[in-house]
Amino acid sequence: MPYAAGRPGPEKRATTIRPAARRTRGRPVAAAASLLVTAGTLVACGGDSGGASSLTWYINPDAGGQAEIAARCTEASEGRYTIETALLPRDAASQREQLIRRLAANDDSIDLMSLDPPFIPEFAQAGFLAPVPEDVAQRVTEDVVESAVEGSTWDDELVAIPFWANTQVLWYRKSVAEAAGLDMEEPVTWEQIVQAAEETGTLVGAQGARAESLTVWFNALIESAGGSIITDASPEDPAQIELGLDTEAGQRATEVMKMVAESEAAGAAFSTSNEDSSATGLESENGGFNVNYPFVYPRALGAVEAGTMDASVPEDYAAAIYPRVDEDEPAAPPYGGINLGVGAFSESPELAYEAAECIVSDENQAYYFVTNGNPASATSVYDDPEVLEAFPMAPVIRESLELAAPRPQTPYYNEISVGIQRSYHPPSGVDPGRTGERATELIKAVLAKEDLL
Amino acid sequence: MTTTTLPPGKKTEPVSAPDKGITDRARSERKLGWLLAGPAFAVMLLVTAYPILQATYESLFDYRLTDPENRSFVGLTNYWVILTDSLWWESIGVTAFITLVTVAVELVLGFGLALVMVKALRALRPVLRAAILIPYAVITVVSAFAWQFAFDINSGFVNSWFTWLPGVAADTDWFGDRWTAILVICLAEIWKTTPFISLLLLAGLAQVPEVLQEAAKVDGATRWQRMWRVTIPNMKAAIMVALLFRTLDAFRVFDTIFIMTNGANGTESVSFLAYRQTIARLEIGLGSAVSVLLFLCVVAIAFSFIKLFKVDLAQARGE
Repeated sequence: MPYAAGRPGPEKRATTIRPAARRTRGRPVAAAASLLVTAGTLVACGGDSGGASSLTWYINPDAGGQAEIAARCTEASEGRYTIETALLPRDAASQREQLIRRLAANDDSIDLMSLDPPFIPEFAQAGFLAPVPEDVAQRVTEDVVESAVEGSTWDDELVAIPFWANTQVLWYRKSVAEAAGLDMEEPVTWEQIVQAAEETGTLVGAQGARAESLTVWFNALIESAGGSIITDASPEDPAQIELGLDTEAGQRATEVMKMVAESEAAGAAFSTSNEDSSATGLESENGGFNVNYPFVYPRALGAVEAGTMDASVPEDYAAAIYPRVDEDEPAAPPYGGINLGVGAFSESPELAYEAAECIVSDENQAYYFVTNGNPASATSVYDDPEVLEAFPMAPVIRESLELAAPRPQTPYYNEISVGIQRSYHPPSGVDPGRTGERATELIKAVLAKEDLL
Repeated sequence: MTTTTLPPGKKTEPVSAPDKGITDRARSERKLGWLLAGPAFAVMLLVTAYPILQATYESLFDYRLTDPENRSFVGLTNYWVILTDSLWWESIGVTAFITLVTVAVELVLGFGLALVMVKALRALRPVLRAAILIPYAVITVVSAFAWQFAFDINSGFVNSWFTWLPGVAADTDWFGDRWTAILVICLAEIWKTTPFISLLLLAGLAQVPEVLQEAAKVDGATRWQRMWRVTIPNMKAAIMVALLFRTLDAFRVFDTIFIMTNGANGTESVSFLAYRQTIARLEIGLGSAVSVLLFLCVVAIAFSFIKLFKVDLAQARGE
């Protein structure tokens, strides 16, 4: 696909003014303003970037890491391209909505986009992602954790570039585990941590709110129990998708969900608890255990730096592998993160892939991990001394990524996920014997377009 | 005892009188009226009629945004799917409940505020009006966030300040239960839109002829009797218009629910259902059908107000 060097970026296109409009009589102020804007634009176009192609990277909100990486890659390109970032909404579902609506309208301003892995099949199936060149695919999958490659693949083909790979670990207070006599060197089960929290009068934090995070939790539970939400993806006909909710593993996952939600350790706001509020629970006096992403640690360090938290709190933090559902079955922790897609309507897909390779370089992943707390997908980053210093628990995160199970890979992920959220919320109201069957009925009817969602 | 209103017949002849016997002046006024209102009317048609027609057309198709090639005509199937789904009726119930509660409370509060604004000292009036109008100037999403933070179990102040109220405890999870969540949604809506209803009622209050109040006073009517027998009957048109506008607005409630609960715990409104099918699920056909049904509900509300309650929009303008 050809690309046009010097393609104007969105700002430049937006400020184009027709000469006739400037000559309108009786509008000297408007004309002066137009000239100022044009002059400003010309100044902006000049300078360092010269004839560089402008690439727009739609990013999810973070602590400024992606904007810094964009600046670094712009500089490294030596004037061949500049990367401008455009901010997407806060939650993953809204990010998907905005990108899909733009891409459905053939928006060519999207060169690069930060994509939540479960939505990648939908984008790929709809033809919204530019094909990954073979040589690029080979380079960006070398030395990368398996779950991140799997999350970037659809229909046996790499369709996105693995960037950073998130996973949930079991955060806990060392003092609480010690008081409860729990050996955290050994794998622990959900029953064990709930019992330990109840004994010590502390909280077990998980994500019980009706949101994507509930699907993340349920998926981890059912995968840990040896099952899967989808057993046959049937990409051609959504009505033929086979679900594994009404199975022994589904039932076991529901039992654990109910047990946690009904326990005293769940806290009063469990059914509205998300990643942030459950991290707040761990930070509180009653903090005990919390299944959550690695951001929990830099968040606590940041609070100490800001003077809102005592330094003894993060010093008491430790991380272990996600809890098991059954003692003798290894846990399958959640997999998340962000992978990079190149817009199918981008006018510079080759440059965009070049920029994507720069963005996911080991140095940038290490920088992003250390500064923003977002773990790398490249395994070598975990040996970086700077990473190990900032994240003493990096080896646990890496091990967790190797064990992690992605959420269902299907272009109809939204229907599946929202169907699960509707059926399994509130978590204390689930019925291990019936919820799986009801959820299957609902999702099947929705996929067959016979029900509302 | 009867109510006291001014006798009819003082009104000017409406411009929309029958052609028969119309004067030249009235005709030219009518023409001017069309010339002045015509462009706005055309723009309204463009921005409202076009999307309505487009949505009606799309609602007859099975059409997913990411799969435009497999779009197919399905007739009224989408409507059948919606009307036979319990979720639709549940959403209608939630929407109707929120509408009834918020509009009723807003009417009473709005009337009180309008009275305060009328009776306030002249020097205080501008400050008072500005203060009362502030919530209406706040963007709904911002107001929803503010109320959500106030009632949040971790960061909210309600759970620590109001534990003396029955049913409020330090660990009350307002958004974790259907009815407490709906209560907070209603409170936010009432706070936000009461100023609107009070403004409309203020205009109605200003239209009540002072001469009637004085006559009632001379006849020995108490303050309460003057309110029920003179003030309220004379501003019936303004009240009905305020009710109509707010009911139509309340029935389309979306932002507050989206921010506070995202539809969890049975708090989904009809607008939210339309959003979920169209924007989240990308089923343009099914979502358009929900939107068309929502539009029909709104038309039915407007029609019943105008026909059953005999709301005369012209009278509310003081014609």
